[in-house]
Amino acid sequence: MRFPLPGLRLNGILKIAFKLLVNDRGKFAALIVGITFAVFLMVQLTSVFAGILSKASATIINIGASVWVMDPAVNNPLNSIQLPDYILDATRSIDGVNYAVPLYSGAALVKLHDGTYQPVSILGLDDSSLVGRPELIQGKIEDIFADNGFIVVKDEEFPKMGNPKIGSTFEINDHRGVVVGIARVATSGLFGMPTLYTTFKRAIQYIPSPRFTMAYILVEPKSAADIPYIKQEVAKSGYLALTNREFQERIANYYKYQTGIGTNILIMTLISFMVGLSICGQTFYTFVLENMEKFGALKAIGAKGYELVYMILFQALFTGFTGYGLGVGLSSLLITVAKRNVPNYAASITFFNLGLAFAMVLVIVAVSSYIAVRKVIKIEPFDIFRG
Amino acid sequence: MMSAAAVQAIDLVKWFGKGDIKTYAVNGISFEAKYGEMLYIVGPSGSGKTTLLSMISGILRPNSGRVMVKGQEIWTLPPNDIADFRLNNIGFVFQDYHLFPKLTTVENVAIPLILKKQDWDESLQIAMEFLEVVGLQDRAELPPVKLSGGEQQRVALARAIASGPDILIFDEPTASLDGVTGRRIIGFIKERLLTEHRSILIVTHDSRIFEYGDRIIKMEDGKIVEVTNGGTREE
Repeated sequence: MRFPLPGLRLNGILKIAFKLLVNDRGKFAALIVGITFAVFLMVQLTSVFAGILSKASATIINIGASVWVMDPAVNNPLNSIQLPDYILDATRSIDGVNYAVPLYSGAALVKLHDGTYQPVSILGLDDSSLVGRPELIQGKIEDIFADNGFIVVKDEEFPKMGNPKIGSTFEINDHRGVVVGIARVATSGLFGMPTLYTTFKRAIQYIPSPRFTMAYILVEPKSAADIPYIKQEVAKSGYLALTNREFQERIANYYKYQTGIGTNILIMTLISFMVGLSICGQTFYTFVLENMEKFGALKAIGAKGYELVYMILFQALFTGFTGYGLGVGLSSLLITVAKRNVPNYAASITFFNLGLAFAMVLVIVAVSSYIAVRKVIKIEPFDIFRG
Repeated sequence: MMSAAAVQAIDLVKWFGKGDIKTYAVNGISFEAKYGEMLYIVGPSGSGKTTLLSMISGILRPNSGRVMVKGQEIWTLPPNDIADFRLNNIGFVFQDYHLFPKLTTVENVAIPLILKKQDWDESLQIAMEFLEVVGLQDRAELPPVKLSGGEQQRVALARAIASGPDILIFDEPTASLDGVTGRRIIGFIKERLLTEHRSILIVTHDSRIFEYGDRIIKMEDGKIVEVTNGGTREE
C-alpha cells in the first residue's frame, strides 16, 4: 500500500479535522478538561514527590561534598550512624584523597527568647576547613569561630527561630548560642526544622553525643577517576563511600521503596492516568461515532483511508497537546501560588515529571485514537448509500 | 478520447451472504448511461438500485461483471486509485445529504476541492461560485443545520458539482422534500447541471419526478425489468 507524504491536500484535510473538532464545543471542552485534569494531577503528584525527595536530600545538596563516607546502614541523612575516629584517618590515607573532613549532623532543642523550645537541625563543620559552609547573606564566615557562634539558615523555617538577627541569642542544652551569620542554602529540609551551622567542635561540645561523633566524612578526591578506588578502599573497612548523586539516589530509593510514599504517589498517579484515559477515550470514541457517517461520506467522495487516519490522529494529538499545556500551566500556577503562601510546600516540577506526564498523554492519545481509527478504517461508504 | 457511453455496466452480479443464505442483490445487469442524459434507476425497496449505484460508482466491488466509467474499467484499479477516480469524475448527492454540521455551508461545498489538494482559500472561493449557481451565496457562512431541507439539498448539489465531475449520482434526491421543492430541484438539475459532457444517474422511487428522466430503468429483484424512454416504453 502506498503511503504518500503529507502535502497540500493534507493541510486542507487537517483544517477540516480541526474545525470538526473545535466546533463541536461540548465534546472538545470535555476532552480538554479530561486531559488537563489528568495532566494536572499527574504533574502535581509527581512534583510533590520530587519536592519531597529534594528536601529529603537537603543536607547532601547544601553541603555539596563530592564523596560521602558513612555507615552502610544509613539510608537517609536524619538517621546517620556515628563513625569511629580511625575511619577519618584511614580515609585520609587512601591514595587519591585530596582531603577528608568530619561532619557533625544531629538534632537538638533550642530555647528561644520567649521561653519556647524549638527543635533544630545542627550541622557541625570541620573547624580547620569549614568544608560545606553555606553562603552567607549577613555576617562573616569567620565569626563562626567566635564564642557560641551559630549561623542560621534563612529558609521557610527561619521564622520558627523568632526571625533572629545577628547578635540574637538562644539557649542550647544550657549553653548560650549567638547568631553570628544568616545564610541561604539551595534547599530546605523535609521535616520543618530550622537549620543551624556551627563548628564541629562546638557541636559535639554543646550537644550530648554518644561515643563516636562523626556523622559523615566528607571527601574531596584528587580527581573523579580516583573515586572508584576510594570507594573500594572504604568498603574494605566495612563502610560505604557514595558520590553526592549516589547518596541522593539512595535517599530517593529509601523514600520510594521503604516508606510507602513512593508507592502511594505512584498509585495516585496511575489513577489520574486512568481517569484521563477513560474520560478522553470515551469522549473521543463518542465524537468519532457521531461523525462516522460524515467520515463515510468523505470516503465516498474520494478521501482515502489513510487521510481519515491522519484526521483522527491530528484531532487526538491536538487535544492531547492542548490539554498537556493547560495541565502543566495549571499545575505550575498552583505550585507557584502554594509556595508563596504555604511554608514548606514540597513540590518541584522537574523535566522527568514533565516527561512522564507527556508520555502518559501520548499513551492516552494513542489508545483513544487507536479505538477511533479502528472504527473509521472499517467504514464502508456503501453503508452511507444504504442509509 | 471520450467514450461513447459515460457509464457502462456489463453483466454485473453482486450477492450478499454465503451458502443457503446467499442473496442476489444485483443479478446480471447490463446498461449504458450516455453523456447528456438523465437516467433514472427506479424500483421498489430491495430491488438492488443502491447496490447497482454503489458498484458503478466504485464504492462496492461486484462479484462479477465489469464497470466502465468514461472508458476506464474502474474495478481493475487499485483502491486508492479508485478513490481518486471517484473524486475526479463522480459527484455524489446522498439521500440524507451528509453535510457537516460543524462546518459552514461554503466549507461543505469546498470539501471535494480540498480533497483534490486545492489551496484552502482558493477552494472556498470556487465553492462560493458554486453556491451562487445554486442560489445560496447569502447562506455561505451559516452551518447547514440553519438551512431548510431544500436549501440543504442545493448545498449537497453544489458540493457534488464543485470538483467538475462528468458523472453525477443522486440517491433519492427528493425523498425528504415536498412535491413542489422536489420538482424545482430536479428541474434545476436538468436545466443547469445536465450538459452534453455530463451524465446524471438518479436512484429514486418518487414517481412525481419521473417526467424529467430521459430514460428510466426499472429494477425488480436485482434485474432490469423495463426500460422506458422519455415517458415512452422502450423494448
